[in-house]
Amino acid sequence: MNRSAMSLSARLSALALVALLPLSAHAHRQWLLPSATVLSGSDPWVTVDAAVSNDLFYFEHFPLRLDNLSVSAPDGSPAKAENQSTGRYRSTFDVHLTAPGTYKLAVVNNGLFASYKENGQTKRWRGSAEDFAQKVPANAQDLQVTQSESRLETFVTAGKPTTQALKTTGRGLELAPVTHPNDLFADEPANFRLLLDGKPAANVEVEVVPGGNRYRDQLGEMKVKTDADGKFTVKWPSPGMYWIEAEVRDDKVSIKPAKARRAAYMATFEVLPQ
Amino acid sequence: MRRLLSVSMTGLGGLSGLSGLAAVSFAAPAAAAEMNVKVEIPRLSVAEYHRPYVAMWLERADQSPVATLSVWYDVKLKNAEGTKWLKDMRQWWRKAGRDLQMPADGISGATRAPGEHTVTFTDGKAPLAKLPAGEYQLVVEAAREVGGRELLRVPFAWPPDGSKSAQAKGQHELGAVTVSLKP
Repeated sequence: MNRSAMSLSARLSALALVALLPLSAHAHRQWLLPSATVLSGSDPWVTVDAAVSNDLFYFEHFPLRLDNLSVSAPDGSPAKAENQSTGRYRSTFDVHLTAPGTYKLAVVNNGLFASYKENGQTKRWRGSAEDFAQKVPANAQDLQVTQSESRLETFVTAGKPTTQALKTTGRGLELAPVTHPNDLFADEPANFRLLLDGKPAANVEVEVVPGGNRYRDQLGEMKVKTDADGKFTVKWPSPGMYWIEAEVRDDKVSIKPAKARRAAYMATFEVLPQ
Repeated sequence: MRRLLSVSMTGLGGLSGLSGLAAVSFAAPAAAAEMNVKVEIPRLSVAEYHRPYVAMWLERADQSPVATLSVWYDVKLKNAEGTKWLKDMRQWWRKAGRDLQMPADGISGATRAPGEHTVTFTDGKAPLAKLPAGEYQLVVEAAREVGGRELLRVPFAWPPDGSKSAQAKGQHELGAVTVSLKP
């Protein structure tokens, strides 16, 4: 790798670190990886890895910030994410599954992304609506502000699966599962529904990537499109952990001064063998 | 029907006074059909051997669950710690296990050592309950700590119209599973 390419990537990495979020979700994948999703026993716990990386599910790039992590217990009430820590390449936290049923683990970010020109150079900034006024010059040239609404989820179940915690909020791009997300088995089709601001997200492309790609040559990703009702089906080719991502770009912003919105949904699913 | 009556009369040999009821079938209790399940747990030479967790349950021909018959696991561990690994019997867990409270009377028991183990179930008695006539599968799933997992299915028709026997053979975590039916 020549020196100029390295310094560019080093600069971008530094910028990303300062901005607290990856510069482009397309170049990297954000994910949560629970130690298990199907649990039995009288006192189950899960440990979850959270990272931003290229390959799934290897923590080799950035840890995921846990600032906007929320855990919903089976009755929908907030549960604790314990023993949180952020290391070089991953963050980790534990969840004590004290109640039987399905828990939802989510990292929800709602911020702004701005690009503008300063002295002929393109500048990029990513952050919260609160910081925007201070960080981005008011008279910036060619200012383009996009609202970035992203939701990253995974699900774990102690005992019998329940659905209370799966309820959607009606904001951003969300998943309303039809097949329970902790009832996934290889060779069995699973049905899901994407909602955008609470309404069916039709014609949205969903990318499904199987984990473990370090040890194979082809990514093996599958692309499916949601139907008019926001529904899509995935037939899992083999057991393992899978990552899905979907995104919608529109102009339905809820944070000024954004003019455009990018709503994204990402999730990790565990598919068990038959 | 006639066969059932003859079996019951033999069984009630001491109660000859009931012979007058021979013509009236419903008053005389009939001996219920029986299902014997023999499970062979293989002897394995591994560095760290643990007796397998084994679940035994009934499914209909369409693989919908009917009832759990037996679950052998580490019942004696403190604080019910043994239940942590029940989900490793993943098909049983999904079909029935996660709906049950363990330990369950008449169903749960300790893990078994390598060798042959037979359990008997009687039609109409828990955990078998009264089985409607039809095609069924006896399913056995074994999961071994630091070992593997195996699942076997033995299809059979119910009620049996004679003494019947069917078998499935495992490759690594289970030996032979034999289902013997007696009308």
